[in-house]
Amino acid sequence: MIDAAKIAALGILTLLFAMAANWGTDLVYQVHALLLALLSAGLFIWSIRRAGGRDRYAIDGPRPETGYNDDVVRAGVIATTLWGVVGFLAGTYIAFQLAFPLLNWDLPWTSFGRLRPLHTSAVIFAFGGNALIATSFYIVQRTCAAPLWGGRNLAWFVFWGYQLFIVLAATGYVLGSTQSKEYAEPEWYVDLWLTIVWVAYLAIYLGTIVKRREPHIYVANWFFLAFIVTIAMLHVVNNIAIPVSIWSSQSVILFPGVQGAMVQWWYGHNAVGFFLTAGFLGMMYYFIPKQADRPVYSYKLSIIHFWALIFLYIWAGPHHLHYTALPDWAQVLGMVMSIILWMPSWGGMINGLMTLQGAWDKLRTDPVLRMLVVSVGFYGMATFEGPMMSIRSVNSLSHYTDWTIGHVHSGALGWNGMITFGALYYLVPRLWNRERLYSISLVSWHFWLATIGIVLYAASMWVTGIMEGLMWREVDAQGFLVNSFADTVAAKFPMYVVRALGGALFLTGALIMAYNLWKTAVGAGETASARPVPAE
Amino acid sequence: MADNDKNHGAEQDPDVSAASDASEEAAHETPQRGWVLRNHALIERNAFLLLVFSLIVVSIGGIVQIVPLFYLDNTIEEVDGMRPYSPLELAGRNIYVREGCYVCHSQMIRVMRDEVQRYGHYSLAAESMYDHPFQWGSKRTGPDLARIGGRYSDDWHRAHFENPRDLVPESIMPAYPWLARTPIDSENIEAVMRANRATGVPYTDEMLAEARADFRTQADPDNGDVDALLARYPKAQARNFDGAPGESELDAVIAYLQMLGTLVDFSTFEPDASR
Repeated sequence: MIDAAKIAALGILTLLFAMAANWGTDLVYQVHALLLALLSAGLFIWSIRRAGGRDRYAIDGPRPETGYNDDVVRAGVIATTLWGVVGFLAGTYIAFQLAFPLLNWDLPWTSFGRLRPLHTSAVIFAFGGNALIATSFYIVQRTCAAPLWGGRNLAWFVFWGYQLFIVLAATGYVLGSTQSKEYAEPEWYVDLWLTIVWVAYLAIYLGTIVKRREPHIYVANWFFLAFIVTIAMLHVVNNIAIPVSIWSSQSVILFPGVQGAMVQWWYGHNAVGFFLTAGFLGMMYYFIPKQADRPVYSYKLSIIHFWALIFLYIWAGPHHLHYTALPDWAQVLGMVMSIILWMPSWGGMINGLMTLQGAWDKLRTDPVLRMLVVSVGFYGMATFEGPMMSIRSVNSLSHYTDWTIGHVHSGALGWNGMITFGALYYLVPRLWNRERLYSISLVSWHFWLATIGIVLYAASMWVTGIMEGLMWREVDAQGFLVNSFADTVAAKFPMYVVRALGGALFLTGALIMAYNLWKTAVGAGETASARPVPAE
Repeated sequence: MADNDKNHGAEQDPDVSAASDASEEAAHETPQRGWVLRNHALIERNAFLLLVFSLIVVSIGGIVQIVPLFYLDNTIEEVDGMRPYSPLELAGRNIYVREGCYVCHSQMIRVMRDEVQRYGHYSLAAESMYDHPFQWGSKRTGPDLARIGGRYSDDWHRAHFENPRDLVPESIMPAYPWLARTPIDSENIEAVMRANRATGVPYTDEMLAEARADFRTQADPDNGDVDALLARYPKAQARNFDGAPGESELDAVIAYLQMLGTLVDFSTFEPDASR
């Protein structure tokens, strides 16, 4: 009966999407409707073939019987690795485009303006988002001693629904569909779909916590829960828009000009604050104690860290709008709160680093722990640099320049990237029931390639950023500007090449990781000595 | 010593805790001390309490910073000259958005000496009051465009879109040769204007009714009544922007760029000291 209803629903969906493809008024809409029609047609056929059959999920290789829903975590680990490589590749490519504009190929689909959102969304939402979903599902089950609420189908819905969101967003960018709101570029129907997926994610997460068999909710789960609910709020408010028609991919954002700018950066800065910080802090609070085999340094500090961080981050948006047409009171408020935010950020860093108390020696022998700890180090650097750049006089120099780009990347590559790599190295042997990673020395290679890549990236962007900021404002004795804008562009060329090479190193490290994880999962790392040897 | 009645066994000593004192419920936990930890235990034992408190805490900042912007009178100064985009300019703006121009070009001149000297009068809040969404940008990989209107000729823009390095050898901007080759029609523009009106842009019924005519008139004055266009959209520039017959996407983009920053009359503008 349920099978019949499902098949009927998929058939109707296929028909509706096919009709929408026919009525769509623009290319992106038609392509997306066609894509969805094909997808539902595929599911329709698949459901018919499986109707009445048994539920089978065959992934080769031994899997530990944990009683938890780890299939979706395994899928998330694979997706994180794949999207990570795609996102880093896109980033490296557009970095070379900025050095060598020939690489735009004079084609709409490969020009920088369309590929840059592809890169940012691929790394933030595809790589980071999958890492967050996979690790949060892993962590919440273990710290609550309960399997995921809602059963396997709801968890799979969140996973595949999220991948669909990524594919719709990415294909849309390349075809020229964007709301022109940074880090919120997908159009209205993609936003609606993400909202549905996100609510399901929240339901699973909250449901699992409610069902827990531990009296207390573990600190990592506070951060994950706050991340999920805050992103829901930010996403919904920031994307309020009026579609041009339901047959059009285009929409008009509700908030205009100055109010729109404030809403956008309230969202934009807290995509950093909650997606890339609070969620990843949840990872820190689980994986560092686990890998170091030490308890979290201070319980009280984690309470203060949590509440201070989530309260203060929300205020920081206006520091993206210093000296603009946003009223001064809002700018100053944003600056003051951004500076205060330094404290809880470093409180969290101290809590993570000091967890190694009594286990510092492991840094010498365990490259996975080294990765996790260095990520917290980069977090500390970025959360010092950020408040400094939010001071209005500093910002007057740094804003609009490459310094901002360097700042974001020392946070994104160093903190988000490294902690995710560490988490993946932690998870894969456990999820595929392997004794250990295929190669520890490849982890070391990854660590050093990534670290050197980040240093090249950040250093070259500091140089170009501060240089162009100074060149823009340089005046001669008579008070006339010294440099034309084109002069500053030409001066940045060598550093743009260095930056692109830094990105290439980081990408190479990620490819080595993908190889290492693959070999681990298929069991290539299992040694002969593990097998019992008969006595002579 | 043996008969000292103050020296009783550990079982009776209030200062000594024994295994029997521990509650059964939390046998594997260390007892929590201090006001913060004791009271916080309430929140960390109840998922809904944690959710609700988190939501309250993260709502405050946004409410304080965003809501007043809709009510305080001095958020947007009153200036003469601002009007909604004409149909052709709006179509050009849509292409500007589609190609991700905001990724590299800001439209926000900050109140700093070098910026005013390089780009012109600092940007006013009123100048983006009809932008849904704003195009202030966050990065200047290329120069600011808030007052690019009238700075260069249509010919310059045509050649620049064809290949920026022909005019500016140092430029790293992508070329946009397909704009000149892609025809644009006005079929969709009325629906876009209606959606804009729904968000508060004051397009009149007349503007909507004449949208397609205005679109074609602005791209080629021979197509219709320029005076009527100017009455609806003062300071609108009507000419064949791309220099080729018919309407191309290049017509719309250049029409948009040539009007940027030209609407406000700064001869009558006085800054509001209270902002």
